[in-house]
Amino acid sequence: MKAVTGNRLTDGAVVYLADDDQWTVQLSRAVRIGDNDALDALSAAQTRVHEIADAYLIDIAENGAPGGRARIRESIRRAGPTVRPDLARQQETAA
Amino acid sequence: MYRYDEFDATMVAERVRQFRGQVERRLSGDLSEEEFKPLRLMNGLYLQLHAYMLRVAIPYGTLSSAQMRALAEAARKYDKGYAHFTTRQNLQYNWPALVDVPDLLDDLAKVEMHAIQTSGNCIRNVTSDQYAGAAEGEVEDPRIWCEVIRQWSTFHPEFSFLPRKFKIAVTASDHDRAAIKVHDIGLRLHKNDQGEAGFEVIVGGGLGRTPYIGHTIREFLPKRHLLSYLEAILRVYNLQGRRDNAYKARIKILVNATGGDDFAGLVEEEWSKIDKKEIDLPAEEIARIEDYFAPPAFEALSADSEAFEQKRKEDQAFDRWARLNTHAHKAPGYAIVNISLKPISGIPGDATDKEMDAVAAIAEQYSFDEVRVTHEQNLVLPHVRKDNLYTVYKALDAAGLATANIGLVSDIIACPGLDYCSLANTRSIPIAQRISERFADLGQQEDIGELKIKISGCINACGHHHVGHIGILGVDKKGEEFYQITLGGSGAEDASIGEIAGRGLSSDEVVDAVEKLVEFYRQHRQGGERFLDAYRRLGADKFKEALYAAA
Repeated sequence: MKAVTGNRLTDGAVVYLADDDQWTVQLSRAVRIGDNDALDALSAAQTRVHEIADAYLIDIAENGAPGGRARIRESIRRAGPTVRPDLARQQETAA
Repeated sequence: MYRYDEFDATMVAERVRQFRGQVERRLSGDLSEEEFKPLRLMNGLYLQLHAYMLRVAIPYGTLSSAQMRALAEAARKYDKGYAHFTTRQNLQYNWPALVDVPDLLDDLAKVEMHAIQTSGNCIRNVTSDQYAGAAEGEVEDPRIWCEVIRQWSTFHPEFSFLPRKFKIAVTASDHDRAAIKVHDIGLRLHKNDQGEAGFEVIVGGGLGRTPYIGHTIREFLPKRHLLSYLEAILRVYNLQGRRDNAYKARIKILVNATGGDDFAGLVEEEWSKIDKKEIDLPAEEIARIEDYFAPPAFEALSADSEAFEQKRKEDQAFDRWARLNTHAHKAPGYAIVNISLKPISGIPGDATDKEMDAVAAIAEQYSFDEVRVTHEQNLVLPHVRKDNLYTVYKALDAAGLATANIGLVSDIIACPGLDYCSLANTRSIPIAQRISERFADLGQQEDIGELKIKISGCINACGHHHVGHIGILGVDKKGEEFYQITLGGSGAEDASIGEIAGRGLSSDEVVDAVEKLVEFYRQHRQGGERFLDAYRRLGADKFKEALYAAA
């Protein structure tokens, strides 16, 4: 499964496209998209230039965490710098 | 220190105003990200993993206390209370919101600071020796020429869209603290047989995916011709540098494809066509800039300080700090103080707002209002009276800034890596933290002696791993973090590119590997040999064997 992610335009915060078509900071609320529909979802998201700085697709593993080759990078984007736990984004309970 | 004239002030104010308009148009959707990206990059604003990142220029690494305080205030007001000093003597904010950046830049402009020349394919902020104007044996203050280059290169219309970024470093000492041989242009001010000062011009060095040590294309360039000669180099590069492939676009590729001697010929030919009087600064203008860098009013002191020697006897920790973190000053009775931003387990180069404020206050009172930033991600108080060293040490210690490890195994360069950077493949900082924890004992560190470990989280080599005595490069192997060790690099006057030691190591193995190398060195060193000296004497194979020997 895939999800659409990006950085919020105003402050660069990591966001994901949610079920209600809004951007959410919680990966657990991100809409899971089947691989066949992912590119269409991304194209639609990329037109929202006044909301996000860029958008791309990430792999989501079965347990809801970032998966695939970029899983370390996307796990760090989701949680914040591993060397500053004091600045961690609110940790979500496992989905 | 250099002070802005009306041109500088106007230029910076206009640039902020212009950028404010660009940000407004981006926020309203009038500009797409594609259109906005080159504009924000020209103002030092990147987009990283978690947020925007603003890189602020610290020209030739020199700051006043007021500037340091303004940097601290901006960290409080617009960031999360800290900032990061980089390997190019700059400062990065990790969390500024786009909507706040114009205000942040306005605040910095009040203390003559900006983010110009910190990004994009232009001549970047010029770097220098952090001991400039203070070091014993220096020909003259290299910052005079850094400032000349800054004024010439800022918004230079011909060189604003070069094939790729362009970095210049200047030193005026025999001991190279500015890594001039791994810059696009390295300039070494020295004296010829007639006693005149001029530049050795070194071109085409660099790190990244294709590391090179620079070629000397001129042994001696009279100082007054610096700008016309630089202009000739930049013209040859601008015309002949590759624009078809970003990975082959740096001048190092051109110089090495052309050959150093042939490249020198091209520069000389171009230089012969340039009307030097049009470009080289008149003597009065050089003198005007020189005046800004006149030495501070040092008192006439005796070389030794009884108070200092007495305290060294009384306080062992102070004695160690004095031995490792201070350096000989050209003025009798003064010392150069290094402030380590590498506490054990700390993040290399990070400083909190409180730490920056503390340094500003100490510099104001004890170092003629001056602070320097080093490319090794530390700070320097350039002019401290030996009589005041103990007081300064105590004040630094109270601020958590008295780690006595300059040049030692825990004084590690590390790029931000995958904890922050969108280009990184792996994390760098946790490796640095774990190495410093492994060698936490300062006595043991001092026994190991000078050992430069440099860590990059990707092949772009912001962590200078190629020139580490031990270099560590993070590579992604099918979604796992691996680390490749290079050995025998140096960024100093004995510059060399490290050799790859062998297969990559997992994150768990890498600290043990460093320890094995250090142990091998300790067993086989002779006399006062540094790690690097022992490596060069014994050869790569012996160290590789030690590294990969079955545990």
